[in-house]
Amino acid sequence: MNPPVSGNRLARHPMMQLVLSRMREFWRQPAAVFWVYGFPLLMMVALGTAFRNRPVDKIPVTIVETSEAPAILKILQQDERFIGPGGGVEILSLEECKQRLRTGKTLVMISANASPDADYTFTYDPERPGSLAARNTINNLLQKAGGRLDPLTVSNNEVREPGGRYIDFLVPGLLGMGLMGGGMWGVGFAIVNLRIRKLLKRYLATPMKRSHFLGSMMISRLLFTVTEVLILVLGARWLFGVVNHGSFLAVALLVILGACQFGGMGLLIASRAETTETVSGLMNLVMLPMWIGSGVFYSVERFPAVLQMVLNALPLTPLIYSLRSVMQDGASLLSLLPQIGLISLWTIVTFALAMRWFRWQ
Amino acid sequence: METPAIRCRELFKTYAGRPPVEAVRGIDMTVAEGECFGVLGPNGAGKTTTIEILEGLLPQTSGEVEILGMQWQHAAESIRESIGISLQETRFSDKLSVLETLTLFRSFYRDGITVSEAIECVGLEDKAQAWVKNLSGGQQQRLAVAAAIVGDPRLLFLDEPTTGLDPQSRRQLWDIIRRYGAQGRSVLLTTHYMEEAEQLCDRVAIIDHGKIIALGSPRELIARLGGEHVIEFTLTPNATTLNQQENGWTQVNHVTGSVYEDGCHRLTVTQPHLVIPQILSHVEQAGAQLASLTTRHARLEDVFVQLTGRHLDDTLEKQA
Repeated sequence: MNPPVSGNRLARHPMMQLVLSRMREFWRQPAAVFWVYGFPLLMMVALGTAFRNRPVDKIPVTIVETSEAPAILKILQQDERFIGPGGGVEILSLEECKQRLRTGKTLVMISANASPDADYTFTYDPERPGSLAARNTINNLLQKAGGRLDPLTVSNNEVREPGGRYIDFLVPGLLGMGLMGGGMWGVGFAIVNLRIRKLLKRYLATPMKRSHFLGSMMISRLLFTVTEVLILVLGARWLFGVVNHGSFLAVALLVILGACQFGGMGLLIASRAETTETVSGLMNLVMLPMWIGSGVFYSVERFPAVLQMVLNALPLTPLIYSLRSVMQDGASLLSLLPQIGLISLWTIVTFALAMRWFRWQ
Repeated sequence: METPAIRCRELFKTYAGRPPVEAVRGIDMTVAEGECFGVLGPNGAGKTTTIEILEGLLPQTSGEVEILGMQWQHAAESIRESIGISLQETRFSDKLSVLETLTLFRSFYRDGITVSEAIECVGLEDKAQAWVKNLSGGQQQRLAVAAAIVGDPRLLFLDEPTTGLDPQSRRQLWDIIRRYGAQGRSVLLTTHYMEEAEQLCDRVAIIDHGKIIALGSPRELIARLGGEHVIEFTLTPNATTLNQQENGWTQVNHVTGSVYEDGCHRLTVTQPHLVIPQILSHVEQAGAQLASLTTRHARLEDVFVQLTGRHLDDTLEKQA
């Protein structure tokens, strides 16, 4: 027969048992494991690949069929961006050229002597990403071939080394996003689920201490977070060579702060919610603005200044800003005191409110 | 005098709302140490509200509650250490095993029996490693009882422990509860199965509309009907005159009560062998014929019908 409780006093401690139960429930739920651990990794791979620095950006263009078309073709094909798959110049009839442009298969349509006062006419949609750059590239090549001399010399310095790429920017953002989602779902959803099952009430009918229960929620959250962060950071390193330019201790501290902050937020959201629908709705309501506006995928500076003031005050923004500053620029925690202060403030406020409003049954 | 397991006086509970709901309207009861006490009544009678106040899960609007001589406001933790509870509907975590669930519950108590003792007590040895979601309804209910007794409580609260179970699972649970009571522990259970109360309880309180309408041992309550036997009979449809004389049967010797309902006459009687011949002769005189006739021992159900004019099951159906 099995011993009543295996192990020592620690194993018999209610907090230990509560944490163990949380961990077991989580690991036995494949869907939860995927969303917490697999999803951020997949997202990183997808975005990292889509926005990787390709050797050369190909430019697809068409030339309207005229007697001058072959000459244009020859000039353009001096540049490798106009050769090969994804790029390439083709000479086609006016109708076909227009159709290609309309369907977004080409960026620019070139016609020679189409109007009396121009040698070449470029037709393109300026709203399409890349079309303006393509037009300028074509213009430069044709002007040079026509005899233009550049009065100034320039040299290009392209940033390709780790640290300055999109993926280096993205990883701290995903890290923050993972901490947010994990805290909200891991704490908020789990508590509401226990409430629905009347398990919260059942626990309350035992001598279990409430502080043990809430403490175990936070401890299991931190343990899950460690795994989550390690997977993302190591994955980014192996797959994309993303390195941390700052101190690991600083990153670890920020991660713990973030986990606490969003744990508190999950607790607050779950303090009264009685159905999974309510709690999911509330979570999405809270998380959506931060997904969009807290600088996960692009810098907050892209928003108007007034809006930036609001966005900078959201819980996720200072966390991602700090992670990014440490990981990309090697910033010290001391230089991030305002951000850390804001994160701590959110943590204290959400916990205080959650403790006040929390309904056990 | 011995400290009672439960003592409550003038218990009231009103839920705020428009209009406010008076779920419990003045309940007094005392459960002696070692007693198995049943709270019986239809759904919505106030059983669960009463038991949850006693369990310390709901605050009462007014009234006094003493559990094992202690009061919730002063000794909540000591009370929780000494009672065990099975709520009406608890769904334990699906993906934890029986063993893991009980180990968790055991960790909440300072003293108690071992987890394997608890598993043995409810006969779930074969299922110790099974996940909760793979247990049948009866097994889950036995797990709930195991979680209630793992802290070795002196007083056990069971809120409708067998509702929705098949007869076999119900009997298994009855055995568990009986064995537990046999150790000199006190049990308070609610049920809307009269049979369950008769089988398990030393005394029962019948609750309706938030008040106790009858209190005593099952035998006493049945005796209060005046007769321990019930005769039920139906007549062929042409026997209109007999069917109309609703309470006429009480004039027959040895008949103590009579109810006519849905074409069925139900008489509580003291001496069935003397009453039946009289029924037969009355029926013959009226030129009618018997369609059916059965006799049985009176049950608590009959007490409820006599007291309220309603069936427990009727009330259930109407609420469902």
